[in-house]
Amino acid sequence: MSVSAPLPHDSAHLHVTGQARYVDDIPTPKGTLHLAFGLSTIARGTIEDMDLTAVRAATGVRLVLTASDLPFENDVSPSIHDEPLLSEGEVHYLGQPLFIVIADSHMNARKAARLAQVTYVEKTPILTIDEAMAAGSHFEDGPRIWARGTADDAIQNAPHQLNGSIDMGGQEHFYLEGQAALAQPQDNGDMLVQSSTQHPTEIQHKVAHALGMPMHAVRVETRRMGGGFGGKESQGNALAVACSVAALITGQTCKMRYDRDDDMIITGKRHDFRIDYTVGYDASGRVQGITFLQLARCGWAQDLSLPVADRAMLHSDNAYLLEHIRIESHRLKTNTQSATAYRGFGGPQGMLGIERVMDHVAHALQMDPLEVRRANFYAEADGGPSAPQSPAAQASPPEGILVRKNITPYGQPVTDFVLHDLVDQLCESSDYAARREAIATWNAANPVLKKGIALTPVKFGISFTLTHLNQAGALVHVYQDGSIQLNHGGTEMGQGLNQKVAQVAASRFGVAMSAVKITATDTGKVPNTSATAASSGSDLNGMAVKNACDLIRARMADFIGSHPDYACAPETITFKGGLVYAGGQELTFADAAKLCYENRISLSATGFYKTPSLEWDRIKGHGRPFYYFAYGAAVTEVVIDTLTGENRILRCDILHDAGSSLNPALDIGQVEGGYVQGAGWLTTEELVWDDKGALRTHAPSTYKIPACSDRPDIFNVALYKNTNAEDTIYRSKAVGEPPFMLGISALMALSDAVASCGAAYPNLDAPATAERVYHAVQSVQND
Amino acid sequence: MEITFLLNGETVALTNVKPTTTLLDWLREERGLTGTKEGCNEGDCGACSVVVQDVDGQKALNSCILFLPQLNGKAVRTVEGLSAQDGTLHPVQDAMIKHHGSQCGFCTPGFIASMASAHANGATDYDNQLAGNLCRCTGYAPIIRAAEEASAEPVPDWIKDELPPSPEATSMQPVSSDALARLYAKMPEATLVAGATDVGLWVTKSLRDLKPVIFLNRCADLTEVEITEDAINIGAMVNMNTLREVLTPYFPSYAEMLRRYASTQVRNAATLGGNIANGSPIGDNPPALIALNATLNLRLGDRRRSLPIEDFFIAYGKQDRLDGEFVESISIPKQPDRLKVYKISKRFDQDISAVLGAFNITVEDGKIAAARIAFGGMAATPKRARHVEDALIGKAWNEETIANAWKAWEQDFTPMSDMRASADYRLEIARNLLTRYYLEDLGAQTSVLEVQP
Ligand SMILES: Cc1cc2nc3c(=O)[nH]c(=O)nc-3n(C[C@H](O)[C@H](O)[C@H](O)COP(=O)(O)OP(=O)(O)OC[C@H]3O[C@@H](n4cnc5c(N)ncnc54)[C@H](O)[C@@H]3O)c2cc1C
Ligand code: FES
Ligand code: FES
Repeated sequence: MSVSAPLPHDSAHLHVTGQARYVDDIPTPKGTLHLAFGLSTIARGTIEDMDLTAVRAATGVRLVLTASDLPFENDVSPSIHDEPLLSEGEVHYLGQPLFIVIADSHMNARKAARLAQVTYVEKTPILTIDEAMAAGSHFEDGPRIWARGTADDAIQNAPHQLNGSIDMGGQEHFYLEGQAALAQPQDNGDMLVQSSTQHPTEIQHKVAHALGMPMHAVRVETRRMGGGFGGKESQGNALAVACSVAALITGQTCKMRYDRDDDMIITGKRHDFRIDYTVGYDASGRVQGITFLQLARCGWAQDLSLPVADRAMLHSDNAYLLEHIRIESHRLKTNTQSATAYRGFGGPQGMLGIERVMDHVAHALQMDPLEVRRANFYAEADGGPSAPQSPAAQASPPEGILVRKNITPYGQPVTDFVLHDLVDQLCESSDYAARREAIATWNAANPVLKKGIALTPVKFGISFTLTHLNQAGALVHVYQDGSIQLNHGGTEMGQGLNQKVAQVAASRFGVAMSAVKITATDTGKVPNTSATAASSGSDLNGMAVKNACDLIRARMADFIGSHPDYACAPETITFKGGLVYAGGQELTFADAAKLCYENRISLSATGFYKTPSLEWDRIKGHGRPFYYFAYGAAVTEVVIDTLTGENRILRCDILHDAGSSLNPALDIGQVEGGYVQGAGWLTTEELVWDDKGALRTHAPSTYKIPACSDRPDIFNVALYKNTNAEDTIYRSKAVGEPPFMLGISALMALSDAVASCGAAYPNLDAPATAERVYHAVQSVQND
Repeated sequence: MEITFLLNGETVALTNVKPTTTLLDWLREERGLTGTKEGCNEGDCGACSVVVQDVDGQKALNSCILFLPQLNGKAVRTVEGLSAQDGTLHPVQDAMIKHHGSQCGFCTPGFIASMASAHANGATDYDNQLAGNLCRCTGYAPIIRAAEEASAEPVPDWIKDELPPSPEATSMQPVSSDALARLYAKMPEATLVAGATDVGLWVTKSLRDLKPVIFLNRCADLTEVEITEDAINIGAMVNMNTLREVLTPYFPSYAEMLRRYASTQVRNAATLGGNIANGSPIGDNPPALIALNATLNLRLGDRRRSLPIEDFFIAYGKQDRLDGEFVESISIPKQPDRLKVYKISKRFDQDISAVLGAFNITVEDGKIAAARIAFGGMAATPKRARHVEDALIGKAWNEETIANAWKAWEQDFTPMSDMRASADYRLEIARNLLTRYYLEDLGAQTSVLEVQP
């Protein structure tokens, strides 16, 4: 069966030969026009005058559009219509699109875009978390607060208390392929848009509004993206809308791709957060009560910030039972790029908050942080050994323990908690305890360099928290020669979704992978799709495809069973190895398809799936937002230089739960890549804005994602033997986002190394650049 | 301009070439060869990598900052030309499929080019070979596994090209330093293009129209290295990878810094002359050369002059170079190796230095007999730490002397804060690097890069 086979990515051969086409590679008709945005050069204010004479006169320019030239809606927001494609006079951040240049070449458009003479009435921008808090600049009316139990009392009554704060920077997606879109006008002003997007339906929707047409007039196609990571969930809207409007007005094919610097200056990134915490705990490190203040910098428009901030709250427990907890979340509006979806979608920030608490508590108790983590774990599933209970916890009413035992702060039971066993296995395979000791010895002998090690777990909730998004559709055709064409609502951005889904289809029909053809995501084939996001791609689309395949298979079986040559009960017919076994006979799948066709059996079906069991009240912060949880853990070892703060990862061991994997090779790829990206977020990837609101790190020359040598020297990644307790597609688990958070172990290992320099707690903020590590060492040494 | 080169084995002869056309734009827009990708258009991501063969062999270069005239007389292979005509894959392509080395695939063609070039050269130091290829998806591990497996396979014969006959000299692409000297003296307003790793960005990012442009890459005599009894003389057009090889036996710490200078692709292009002439306060060679007391040899027409390299850097954006004068060579006096060069940056590879410290301290009988210390990233020019040197010379080589030099650092440097580092950090690190030098002298382990798991 194809499912669970470690097959290569379906496009691997095209990738390595340069034949895989991305939007900018699509051959375009002669006369195709190229677009570039003219950008604001201040962060906040109003436009007093915009003189575009020089822009219009520049070489190759065909047309320049401003907000007033747009025929219909001027909005590219994915949420609340607060994001004009082009400024209508107000400037909200430095880099905001003000006008569109339409020219005969990409270069001429870019050149012309810089020639505008714009005068502004400047206002003082709100740039930082502190400035936004001081100004009361929020999305929603104010903070969102979720609570369980009596956090303040529990903290007060606990044997020990501490508090602290961690700043964590944002993150640029740095998809290798920048944003791009191509719009080709069709009959009747209909529009065909090819877009590098995770969300073709959203593009269709926004383009339709911008063109004043129903959605049926717009078809959006996405074959593949050169990386997305959340950065193409909503950020592609502007390009697709701009191209479509330009194509409508000029009647010509229009293309836009951002130059890398423009891409980084214009588009949103991961939300930076500050998380303040106060915690009461006992002598074993067990948390008795905890409060979090989460401050999220959302930028100028709402975009997806509310669900991102919600998910940060939803992950502030990570793997730990927190009985008494209050989380207060502020979604701050600032004059910076509108922060957006990024792998983990707030989860990493929330999780880092509690992991910092574990580390801090362990330091205060002089314990191995792993012991504190274990002391706080949710209890094991199936009545297995439960988490060690502290005397204080045992003193509380027994029914209280029972009720609250394995329930998240938002009320969802944790029914399949595997981290006890998973972490035990990882400790064993990574030789954690012995290495921890060896490191202490090594550190004692080395005055300048210090090593550190940390194990951190991940428990990540799978499903869109906006419940209605948890649906998917698929379209499957079986042709009379037995070949199968497959389409679904998910998009391919490198994660191998198409291959996994094709493996499902091949398995349902019992045919070889070569019989199945995957086609570009197309809003004309499967409508009303959700973004390929929230790690849900194969869960949702795999199921939708399975349902479509099963419909066709059932029709085939019904017919063949009723056929006099085979005469048997349909349930007894099996599809295996390219053959159909029926009534003690066999025929090839191709012959079966032909037979059905000749007997007028429909061989085409749509499939649909919606995730069951979800119910969620985001205002109360209560319900079951997630269908299930994915788990994993990582041990990272690092070394730092106390003289400069330079640091690097020496080794990483990971055990990750992908349920029963649909494709272990692709899943391991997600885990390796996710870890390195997560570690990058917390180490070298630093976004720097100046005091005018200009992003100073707007190119790879200044923004440093991990390079080849930054991966761990020793990198052991394995999948945990597990199967999903919920009835997901072949009992697999989503694997796109969860491994990203394994990177938290790198930051905690750095904290461990710094801690070896003195008595004080390192309070290491992220990203832990050499400079931050150096300052942390200094403060620990001087304390 | 007129140029001839081989593209995937076929001769291409172009006339009326706009000299600042990049190979990447030409491949994608004129030739429809879209396998080679644009990820940044500034030399930092490697998605645009191609394999270029010249008389020295095959090397990976970034096509986004490679001007077409730089290819004159050479052979280029893009990802499309790395598999055989019949579709047989190059061993690195095969291995990348087998080891799941591509996810989104956008970085892949560039990796394939770098890997094929490393493979052709028998290079297996993959962290160096691939430092200039960013991948956001895979975490690199599968790519390295692929490279390792492919290394056992023979180099396929189809990727070696028979170089075209050397093209005739053209007016703006002289073939000797004498010809260059005459041309540039007549046309001092021209922009010299050496490796184009700076000038390329003026075109792709600053969107400047450069003209006239003089290409130095065919001045073979400028790529010469001459080692005499007292000195190492290095031609201005010697690239960073060659320089690294040349200096390894003499100044290994300098060579190790060059290992981390940009990436393989950029080092294959960037020249020593360009790194000095651009006058950048954050160029990596000048501080090392100052610490070695190197001499800069300049030429204007037939007039040559030499000066200590530190005197070349007058102020930010201002060098001691006359109109029409160019860098011809650099001479490093041979000396016992006491040089340590420390490059501090956010990322180890392919990153501009926040601070670059070069220390050349001679100790005799426990006393500091001589000290030349120079820094990049600490002032508006590459700058010598004269006060620090004075505070050290004649003193005992110990921690106390280092501590006593504390104040001198502030007299030498008042660095800036920017996106790479804060002023405070820069100054403190500069001080600490002297401690590092001292501890290293005592045999302590001071580099995280040397620590094994
Ligand atoms: C991705 C990337 C990474 C980089 N990393 C580093 C790094 O780590 N460290 C570092 O120091 N630099 C780095 N640089 C900067 C750059 O590589 C160097 O400054 C390089 O040495 C310039 O040399 P070139 O031959 O490419 O010069 P060009 O770009 O050709 O020329 C640079 C300047 O020098 C002039 N010029 C060139 N040759 C001569 C000559 N012989 N006489 C007079 N004038 C001349 C040119 O007219 C121009 O003004 C990096 C650049 C890129 C794109
Ligand atoms: S496109 Fe990034 S290096 Fe050339
Ligand atoms: S595979 Fe996506 S960037 Fe490398």
